[in-house]
Amino acid sequence: MLEQYIKQRLQHKDLLLMTHIVLGYPSYDDAMRLVEGMVEAGVDLMELQIPFSEPMADGPVILKANAQALKAGATMEKSLRMAEQITAAFDIPFLFMTYYNILFKYGVSDFVAKMQAIGIKGAIIPDLPPEEGSEYLQAMQKHGLDPVHIFTPNSSMARKQQLNKHTSGFMYTVARKGVTGKDTQFGDELGDYLLDCRQATDLPLALGFGVKSKADYEFIRGKADVAIIGSEAIRVMEDHGVDAVGPFIRSIIT
Amino acid sequence: MQNRGYFNQFGGAFIPEILVPTFDQLEAAYLEAKADPAFWQEYVDLMSTYSCRATPITYAENLSRHFGGAQIYIKREDLNHTGAHKANNVMGQGLLTKRMGKKRVIAETGAGQHGVATATMAAKFGFDCTIYMGAVDVARQRPNVFWMEQMGATVVPVEDGSATLKDAINEAFRDWVTNMDDTHYVLGTACGPYPFPEMVSWFQSIIGSEAREQMLARQGRLPNRVYACVGGGSNAMGLFSGFMTDTEVELVGVEAGGRGKGIGEHAARLAYDDATIGVAQGYKTYFLQNNNGQMMDTHSVSAGLDYVGVSPILADLHDTGRVRFEAATDDEVVAAMQLVVQKEGLIPALESSHAFAQAFKEAPAMGKDEIILINQSGRADKDIFTVADAIDDPKWREFIITKADQYRARAAAEGGVE
Repeated sequence: MLEQYIKQRLQHKDLLLMTHIVLGYPSYDDAMRLVEGMVEAGVDLMELQIPFSEPMADGPVILKANAQALKAGATMEKSLRMAEQITAAFDIPFLFMTYYNILFKYGVSDFVAKMQAIGIKGAIIPDLPPEEGSEYLQAMQKHGLDPVHIFTPNSSMARKQQLNKHTSGFMYTVARKGVTGKDTQFGDELGDYLLDCRQATDLPLALGFGVKSKADYEFIRGKADVAIIGSEAIRVMEDHGVDAVGPFIRSIIT
Repeated sequence: MQNRGYFNQFGGAFIPEILVPTFDQLEAAYLEAKADPAFWQEYVDLMSTYSCRATPITYAENLSRHFGGAQIYIKREDLNHTGAHKANNVMGQGLLTKRMGKKRVIAETGAGQHGVATATMAAKFGFDCTIYMGAVDVARQRPNVFWMEQMGATVVPVEDGSATLKDAINEAFRDWVTNMDDTHYVLGTACGPYPFPEMVSWFQSIIGSEAREQMLARQGRLPNRVYACVGGGSNAMGLFSGFMTDTEVELVGVEAGGRGKGIGEHAARLAYDDATIGVAQGYKTYFLQNNNGQMMDTHSVSAGLDYVGVSPILADLHDTGRVRFEAATDDEVVAAMQLVVQKEGLIPALESSHAFAQAFKEAPAMGKDEIILINQSGRADKDIFTVADAIDDPKWREFIITKADQYRARAAAEGGVE
């Protein structure tokens, strides 16, 4: 589903933008305003992260956001309810991003059925390689949802092709080694890597990890189909307030 | 990877995609080393010249008489270099790091024993070394931090989450996903993604294979019961592996009962009913977590057992019934440690004292012709501050006050702190 949506949008503009919020951070009400500001600014897709106490793949900004959300009383029930309100209120596709234990404790098949019921279109589970994910992958297929996997600069061509078999919607490509939110060098090497990724999949490519500025965004144009801004939008909100995020997004895409 | 490392439903490798080639390389190096008898010989030679292997078994004559039941024997892992069984795993992984051609090692540490052991290994082999340690643990284990830094390691206090062992593991993984090309993560216990649980247990199996031979040589028979404390589970896996197929030997794992039952009060994943199956830190096992799958705070007087998860191999041995799990409370543990000090002149670490505490509950009801074997996984030098507090020793307090006054006077003379 996401693949068609992205390809349709790409007929009107050559680079889309996906952003990332943590449900319940800094509060559920503020997170809702954050989504509103981002959507109004022209974001094309969004990841909603269900907070987890052990976010192993996340860097300091999102790690802290997870911890603060939980400290402020975030629960599964509240996060699911808010996700349902978000998908009802805004007309772009939303994905869940979270860690496998969140699904596992809920019941993997039940969780995927719930995703469909509340209008979530896909999921990114960074600690669930396809080898461990058969129940998840089957449930996603059954419910017509998109499991998104990750290409990294360390992935061999064989590995990329294997991941491609289990992925639909789009491919998440990380720009570099490391965790979310640290600096990335946007240079020739990255361009070559993205060309390499194109060889391994026909799916749209989304590029994330360290995208911070208009310059980064412009660099990605023509190389990937979707730019992903995660930590930086959270940083802008922390430094300048929820209302500053919409203008920040606008300054990047216009 | 060729395998996924499952022990029935427990284990697996739930790793971020960026580490997939790193785990492929690690598994290959591990399987190659395991198939190479020369590797194990090199390991045994190293442990017998750099550490103190084979560690002896001590007959605890006075404790045996005191309880009037089973004959008590103690496997002396405290006599390893750096004072704990941690050296076994660390030196083994050090040899593997050399084989893989990596130049830097990182590790998490709880009590600090694994951090100190890793720092010694790095110093000996000439690796750069960074140790991640929960800020709470840095505060309660300063002597170990001191030695790590003396040996040239960088100690990074981790303030996230509960600022204990699990948070240090997360932070070590965050380092590894960035620096995997030249860095090996020396995971300290039989937990984490495959191949770690199996590989760490393999290095620690040197404890059990020695102990079995020593009991046969000495007593001509195997012990009736074998006790080991269980944090992540590496010393227990090490000792138990020697007796796994001897079905007549009962294996008893002793967890941290802390202040008793109830989530947040202890770190007993298997002995109490508070833990449920989940997936975190790269593997599937019993975790102390809530219904949403969020990890909960744990408590133990011993930093080394203060952990939310447990070896997937032990989780399986729990479910199959091969190992019996019990918990000893903080108070029982401190009392057991004092008794061992007084009766035998041995100084078991607070972690190891959990095994003693449980054995002492059971020894009196056993026959004089029965034998129990306890793993003294480490010595308590590092625990001197904690133990002195627990028994509220006035002379120790006086010593610290005097020492603090001296430091304060010196700082004032240097025009520094008030």
